[in-house]
Amino acid sequence: METAIQKNQVPQKPKKAKKTKIKLTPEQKKKQLKKMAGMWQLYALLILPFIYFLVFHYFPMYGAQIAFKDYLTVEGVWGSPWVGLKHFERFINSGKMWELVRNTLSISLYALFMGLPFPVLLALMFRYIPFKRYGKFIQSVTYAPHFISVVVMAGIVVEALNPRGGMIDTILGIFGGDWEINLMGIPEAFSSVYVWSGIWQNMGFGAIIYCAVLASVDTTYHEAAMVDGATMFQRIWHIDIPFLIPQVVLNLILGMGNVLNVGFEKALLLQNTLNASKSEMISTYVYKMGIAASLPDVSYTTAIGLFKSAIAFILVIVVNKIARKYGEMSIW
Amino acid sequence: MVETNKNPNTEENQEVTYVKAKQKSKIKQLLAPEIGDEVGSSIISTVFATLILLIIIYPLWFIVISSFSSGKAVAAGEVFFLPVDITLDGYKAVLDHHLIMPSFKNSVIYMVCGTCINLFMTVITAYPLSRKDLIGRSKITLFFAFTMWFSGGMIPTFLLYRDLGMINTIWVMIIPGAVAMGNMVITRTYFSKTIPEELLEAAKIDGASDIGYLLKIALPLAKPILAVITLYYAVGHWNQFFAALLYITDQDKYPLQLVLRDILFQGETAFGGDSGSLSIEDMAILENLQQILKYSVIVVSALPMMIIYPFVQKYFVRGIMSGSVKG
Repeated sequence: METAIQKNQVPQKPKKAKKTKIKLTPEQKKKQLKKMAGMWQLYALLILPFIYFLVFHYFPMYGAQIAFKDYLTVEGVWGSPWVGLKHFERFINSGKMWELVRNTLSISLYALFMGLPFPVLLALMFRYIPFKRYGKFIQSVTYAPHFISVVVMAGIVVEALNPRGGMIDTILGIFGGDWEINLMGIPEAFSSVYVWSGIWQNMGFGAIIYCAVLASVDTTYHEAAMVDGATMFQRIWHIDIPFLIPQVVLNLILGMGNVLNVGFEKALLLQNTLNASKSEMISTYVYKMGIAASLPDVSYTTAIGLFKSAIAFILVIVVNKIARKYGEMSIW
Repeated sequence: MVETNKNPNTEENQEVTYVKAKQKSKIKQLLAPEIGDEVGSSIISTVFATLILLIIIYPLWFIVISSFSSGKAVAAGEVFFLPVDITLDGYKAVLDHHLIMPSFKNSVIYMVCGTCINLFMTVITAYPLSRKDLIGRSKITLFFAFTMWFSGGMIPTFLLYRDLGMINTIWVMIIPGAVAMGNMVITRTYFSKTIPEELLEAAKIDGASDIGYLLKIALPLAKPILAVITLYYAVGHWNQFFAALLYITDQDKYPLQLVLRDILFQGETAFGGDSGSLSIEDMAILENLQQILKYSVIVVSALPMMIIYPFVQKYFVRGIMSGSVKG
């Protein structure tokens, strides 16, 4: 049995050890083909997913060539004439680009950095609650909002901020105040509304991973610290935080990679004509100009989308390189 | 305790007090783990946790009580802790609405069909990729995973669906996103980490084929992760809004989320378009009704999730945990 396994591994081992491609001898190739034929069922299973990915994911990438053409409805994607980088130039030279990039980046970076500490604090709090059942209860309540749909979430935000009988108005009314500001109409307030509603919705869910990290900390550290008379805050600072930091950094790095892919559905819903100057992002703009508009500007918006995809892709690659360097963590 | 008081200064007794302190802390851990001796700081964390609980729960509670109150009371800011002028008008309006109930049905159909397709596709993708002996495994994985990081974009995708004739059909709601990479990865990890390889070897010796092994042995063992991804997919379908916004324009094919958007953001009313013939008082009543209709429809849309949530939340947590183990 053992020898059989060893024999099977021989042709593959050098391939894995050295990363450079080693050409297989015809004999080894034959062996490998035979092995592949033996597991044909596995490949058969993969046929359907393969077709699915080819059609629904790779084909649109091919179709993105329309960004380099002038789309004509009669000719379709394939027959339209090539125009080179015309649409990219138009986008870069239009004043719109900087506004869109600035809004996209400022909102997503704001969300990323603001959203980082809350799940950590929450997880620490759950850890030190003296009544365990109560803690569990609070924990399950805090991640419930994560499953609220984006439409309902945006609806809750708008209704809560409604100056006429909204939640904030009602609360202030109890204390004799009155909420008269229409926050949704102030462009400068948009990013804060977006970010803080996101924190409300996702902090509990984000805390789960930190709770897992805290639970994995060896209790002997805490026991020893307690015997030595460390206070709770000292233990948090010197034991828990160092354990949490790698996960925090990882989340930060991964978030940086996704910085262009902010959840724009919520932005689209919260957007109105009053706050559009600060709430228009790349994706919302593409949607409005390319699909919702009565005369969709297909090539131009495809170019904008492709521009975004390309930068996002580079970001993910770079960020993953950094993540790999930083303590062997990687998303692939 | 009495013993330690007898000779407090001997070395032996110091040892005893040390051990006792350790035991004491262990007992404390059982009662209230990780708290130590500090009453003050544990009070602080309890108070903060309660505050968080209120911050999370109150907006939800506010929606529920507003949906049962009269629109007038809500607009006047009188609804704070309990419903005022309890009425079911909001829910009546939901039932009478010409779009809400049909779209609720559509959403259920999209969710059930879509989740079935998701499960099937995810399993047939994840299982072969979980097999370490699969030749070309890393290349195939890269082929799938690449789509996570790069996409053709919204417009070419839209054109594709249009050319395929999928616009305004059920297919556009259930086929795109058939394999979510995140769910595929946690399923694959579960297959490769949790199910011992010896099982496969034993099954092979007994003459099982790869597909036979998957159906008879691997799948039954993978039930926990299947539960997790079923829930993730189902929630995803139920909450799906953007695909519908892009690809569904027929009102009778609308999912609930799209109707919700119309009601919440575009002032879509329950009462048809002939508001011109109404008196000013009627208009005011209608406006108030419109307000509580918003709250009621939020409650109705969240209902299915809220009912199953307490039962399934432990699975969601488990999904995160298994997802955090990379394989």
